[in-house]
This record gives sequence, C-alpha cells and structure tokens, in this order.
Amino acid sequence: MRTTPLDLIGNTPLLRLTRLTTGLAPGVEVYGKAEWYNLGGSVKDRPALWMVRDGERRGALRPGMRIADATSGNTGIAYATLGAALGYGVTLALPANASPERIRTLRALGAELILTDASEGMDLAITTIRELVAGQPERFFYPDQYSNPANPQAHYETTAPEIWAQTDGRITHFVAALGTSGTFMGSSRRLRELNPQIQALAVQPDSPYHALEGVKHMASTRLVPDIYNPAAPDAVIEVRSEEAFAMARRLARREGLLVGISAAANVAAALRVARELEHGVVVTILCDSANRYLSERFWEDSDLIEGAGI
Amino acid sequence: MAITITIPTALRQYAGNNATVALEADTVGALLHGLIEQYPTLGKHIFDSGKLRSFVNVYVGDEDIRYLQGEATPLKDGETVSIIPAIAGGR
Repeated sequence: MRTTPLDLIGNTPLLRLTRLTTGLAPGVEVYGKAEWYNLGGSVKDRPALWMVRDGERRGALRPGMRIADATSGNTGIAYATLGAALGYGVTLALPANASPERIRTLRALGAELILTDASEGMDLAITTIRELVAGQPERFFYPDQYSNPANPQAHYETTAPEIWAQTDGRITHFVAALGTSGTFMGSSRRLRELNPQIQALAVQPDSPYHALEGVKHMASTRLVPDIYNPAAPDAVIEVRSEEAFAMARRLARREGLLVGISAAANVAAALRVARELEHGVVVTILCDSANRYLSERFWEDSDLIEGAGI
Repeated sequence: MAITITIPTALRQYAGNNATVALEADTVGALLHGLIEQYPTLGKHIFDSGKLRSFVNVYVGDEDIRYLQGEATPLKDGETVSIIPAIAGGR
C-alpha cells in the first residue's frame, strides 16, 4: 500500500477519555477526535484541503498560482503544508505579534509572510491580503474560509461520517467550538441527517475578550462568518478561558493528552454535558496539540497536584 | 496625572464604545480600577475576584506589566497604558 502525505488528512483516531470521566454515570462515554493526527497537525487540514480542491475544480486555482489568505493560526499552517505538498506557493498576512513558533513553522514550510502592524490586529491582515489579491487576481487564489461552503463541506464529508462509524452510530451529543463555524456546521448537518435525535452543542467563550485561540465570540463580532447559521446549535455552552487552561493541564497530567486551548475548551464543555446524562455518547473535537502553545504561561500553574498518584 | 488607556476592540462595547479613555491614576492597578468604576460592566471581563484575569495583557508603553511591577507599576503623567488582545494574531 502506498501512502502519500495528503492521505494523512482525515481518518483521525477517536479517543475515549477514561480518567477525567470517573464521576460520570456508568452509561456515559466521552470521546475526543484527535485532530493533531492530520498532516499539518490540526483539524484545519480538512477545510483547507476541501477549499483547495474545490478551487482547482472551479478553475479558480490553477498551476503557477499562489494561495493567499490572512491567518496566523492553524489554517495558515494547513495552507502552507498543502501548498508545499501540491506545488502551490503560499502568501499569508498576519499580525507581527503572532507567536514566534507560528512564524517559524510557516517559514519552515516555505510560506511567504506579510507581517502587519500588531496593534491593528487581524483586521489589517485581512485588508492587506484582500488588497493584494484584488490587485493581481490572476496570481492569487483566496479561499476565504469564513465564506467558503467547501469549509463546512469538508466536515460534512469526512469528520461526521468518521465519528458515526467510530461510534457505531451510537453518538448522542456532538460538542464543538465555533471559529469559522465550519466544523460545527458541517458535522452537525451530517450527523442530524444520520440521526435527527443527535444534540449538536456549540462552545463559546464567556466574553469577547478571551484566550481561546481560534474561537470566535459570535454574539459580539462584527464579522459573523457567512457559513454560520445561529439557529443551528441546539444550545450554546460558555467556557471561561481559565476553565480551558485548567482543563488543558488536567488533560495533560491525568490523561496524557497534550492538547491546545480550544480542544481543552471543547472537553470542558463535553464533560459538563456528560455530567447531566444517565446514558449517552458525547463526542468532541481535539482541534490541535499543545505543542503550538507551550510558551503560554498557563502551563506553569500547578493546580493539579491532586490525584497525581505520587 | 492624566493617563490614556487604550481599549481593545473586543472590550469597547463595555466602555461606551471608546477606543481610549483618559483617567487620573498613579499606578496601573488604580487606573484599571478607575476604569471599571466608570464602566462597571467591563469589570468581569478583566477582573476575577478582584484580581486581573491571568490572560489579560496590559502594557505601559511597550512593556508588559508582568515584567514590570504588575498592578503596582507606577505611572507618569502622559503615559499610555494599553489593554491588548489576549490572542496574538489568532485563527
């Protein structure tokens, strides 16, 4: 069997949490989809691949063109990874205060970076890339993950059917944070087609000022993604940044799972849902690994000597 | 002493939609407490049980107060204090 790098996108493991779930009713199971197993190390490989392939099919992305977008996060790493694997150049605009790990990862993958004034935030990065693309439309393909239906479609076609198969169709609750909303919208649509009883619950930060990287506070943003439908979630679960930090430490120290902050927020929300159940199979998304956030200060807090088994 | 404090986009809705607010204060802590006295709904977004939430980034000029004296950092007339987004770049 021959495997190419792109075959490493999707078909990620579904991990059962066994140690953080000890207080739950015996009929309740909690699972996390280990998305750092993707080629580029995050869930964003799925939409990035779908948007690139869709661009090729529509003729919007042709040989010799560059993929251009504004992102310093996992989507940028996904574009840079895919661009390298498929032979497209990648140009990304990002605020100059993006973490050094991100900038080095993107450069290592050969992406061309335009660093914009940090104090102007993502908005300036977005306008910068839009102007660049508008000036040379023949040279650049701009996927625009917030508006591109291929983003949720990736989850409709891969994430949701994988979860369905991996739980033998037993999933009762799907829990996922909203960023572009692609993961939530695409997965929940497919899962409800497979079983209309499935509850799809959206995770949100408690405040527009939060530390959940990659998560968007939909109630306050002026840039609500076009692909998002506010009527889609059965309920919204708010997670404080501190709760996500503490869960990231617990997952590392009690499950041996080093996951990122948005993944930890998802698990915090999933466990809250699970605690209310007598029976159920709760599935959430572990968006990426902690190795992209190891310079964050919150790892240094040692609130969890408890149960360390020493 | 008049100090200018800049408010990030995410918090402006709780600060009368102002991008900057001018206040009298001699330390960063006094400044931030003065700010939430003026705009009480801002309080829970940056403070937790009277302490600055751990991920809230406050700068005096170009310096992170974590590497100065935290909330006790003294302020001089005309200095600019900035609350900057908790996530660098993001998404």
